[in-house]
Amino acid sequence: MSAPENREAFVRPPALELRGVTKRFGAGASAGRGARALDGVDLVLGEREFLVVLGPTGAGKTTLLRTIAGLETPDAGSVALHGRDARALAPADRDVALVFQNFSLYPSATVRENLAFPLAAPARRLSRAEIDERVAWAAKLLHVERLLDRPAKKLSGGEMQRVAIGRAIVRRPKLFLMDEPLTNLDAKLREELRVELRELARELETPVVWVTHDQAEALTMADRVALLVDGRIVQTGTPEDVYARPNSPLAARELGTPPMNLFDVERKDERWITADGVELARADAGAPERATIGVRPEHVLLDGGPSDAVVHVVEDWGPSRVLFAHVGAHALHVLAPRDCALRAGDRFRPTFDVRRVVVWPRA
Amino acid sequence: MRLVRVLVLVVGFLCAGLPLAWMALSSVKERADTIAQHPKVLPFATTTPAPESLVFAPTTGSWSELAVVHAGAQASFWEHLGNSVLIGVLSTLCSVVLGTACAYGFSRFRVPGEKDWLFFVLSTRFMPPLAVVVPVLLMYRQLDLAGTHLGLVLLYTVFNLSLSVWLMKGFLDEIPRAFEEAAMVDGYTRAQAFVRVVLPEARTGMAVTAVFCLISAWNEYGFAMTLNSSGAVTVPAYFAGLAGNIEGMPWPQVAAGAIVFVAPIVVFTVLVRKHLLRGMTFGTIKQ
Repeated sequence: MSAPENREAFVRPPALELRGVTKRFGAGASAGRGARALDGVDLVLGEREFLVVLGPTGAGKTTLLRTIAGLETPDAGSVALHGRDARALAPADRDVALVFQNFSLYPSATVRENLAFPLAAPARRLSRAEIDERVAWAAKLLHVERLLDRPAKKLSGGEMQRVAIGRAIVRRPKLFLMDEPLTNLDAKLREELRVELRELARELETPVVWVTHDQAEALTMADRVALLVDGRIVQTGTPEDVYARPNSPLAARELGTPPMNLFDVERKDERWITADGVELARADAGAPERATIGVRPEHVLLDGGPSDAVVHVVEDWGPSRVLFAHVGAHALHVLAPRDCALRAGDRFRPTFDVRRVVVWPRA
Repeated sequence: MRLVRVLVLVVGFLCAGLPLAWMALSSVKERADTIAQHPKVLPFATTTPAPESLVFAPTTGSWSELAVVHAGAQASFWEHLGNSVLIGVLSTLCSVVLGTACAYGFSRFRVPGEKDWLFFVLSTRFMPPLAVVVPVLLMYRQLDLAGTHLGLVLLYTVFNLSLSVWLMKGFLDEIPRAFEEAAMVDGYTRAQAFVRVVLPEARTGMAVTAVFCLISAWNEYGFAMTLNSSGAVTVPAYFAGLAGNIEGMPWPQVAAGAIVFVAPIVVFTVLVRKHLLRGMTFGTIKQ
């Protein structure tokens, strides 16, 4: 009885599968030259998965979404949606919804017209009643019912973004693509919508690719995070994985505020020592001879360490203080408790929490 | 400052308004009054006034005579106006439609050598059109296009196309690509997105472009006179043709006809006046 079901579950293809997707722009792009916006991107998205692609400006995040949506054609690689090769599909036939970063709504149309627009596409052939019903459903879900007859240009930023997301959900697509949908909103609203949208995605049981440069969004919303740097995916994993166990110094640099402390070190017996002779921490006997080690600012204790550090600046971050210090010639960020008494110019002996130190072998 | 502004406006208005006023006055005069040595400006006389008087007796005779076929002409003013309307509207329509389509391509797709093509399009305006009137005439004779509506429609369309492409490119560039891209992701084809999303946004731009094209086709005289002196004669060529008339120029009728001829352009221009300035500064405003 359950055997066929299981088999079906087993062979069900991922919602989205990118293999080696490469896209170049600029002069000579067609001849294989030109700046690479995407460089061999592999990405798999499961059913109902919420994937956040995190990367700095210019990393290729928007190009990635546009390629999935079919607005860009990759120079190389394959895009498959639910197991179907999507390369030959027009954007309209992919059944994905894209929320743009810099465009949300048709300004001269009302909210209702904007919400109805995706449903009124000739290919969709929905009746007037069905359209009205779906618009009402989406408006209710996003709490914009009272705005329905207002022109889009008269909405506030937060309302606009809600309606823009409404436009995306109203036709119940197979995949959501969100291009920094919260970036242009103020902090309070951003936090509010973050929670709301996470809930909404869960309710709709639709997979999401959410692109952002905001690590708070990545860590709070994602089932899985993909770090995109210079057109390459450098690491994917749960937020916990990516934060606690970055797989390379590059990935470590990408996530964390204040950033992870990174040092190029050599192992002398059971101690990590920098090239200019500053002893930093205890090393395992089996650790590589040469390595880059990383330690998050919250895993640096303020005394008991092997070397002296000097505080340069203390920043008050509310619940905690951030010390910008130097140990030898190397910059060191420390997240200290609020009652920390150290001031600029003070010395302390930082200890790294050895269990939390990440070690990458170096040639 | 305010006074200066008012003065400038008054002077400007007089400059623009006086010819129109004179046309209106002439259209209600007897022919003798239009060419009288002493100017006749006040249409109030009831009896025959003295020759030196500024006053004249108004008459609407010229207006009813617009339907008359004058000596030396083949048809009445109304028929020639019909030619002008047909040629002007058709060529404007063609220019705007083709120009919009071409500009959309340049605006939205990567065209190899885009800048060179656009410069080529613009360069077709560098030469004064009348410089090619003789070769065009020879070609048109060969093709039996001389003296036809189609001939002038083609010619005016070609002349206005470069203006239309450049104007429309300016307008279309201001419409965010995301408008269509959103529609395309939402289930529309590019053509449907163009019609549903881009065209409504480009309406004002198309209206402005249409005004410029219509004015230039409507007022064109040189080619109309050369190519179409015998058939499908437009109003400017018709008026000019009356000059050699054996009865002498029928000034009151010409004045009445000119008012009718100018009216649609004035109305059309007033309707889109808000957008005309943007059209004329195309390419220089970028948000």
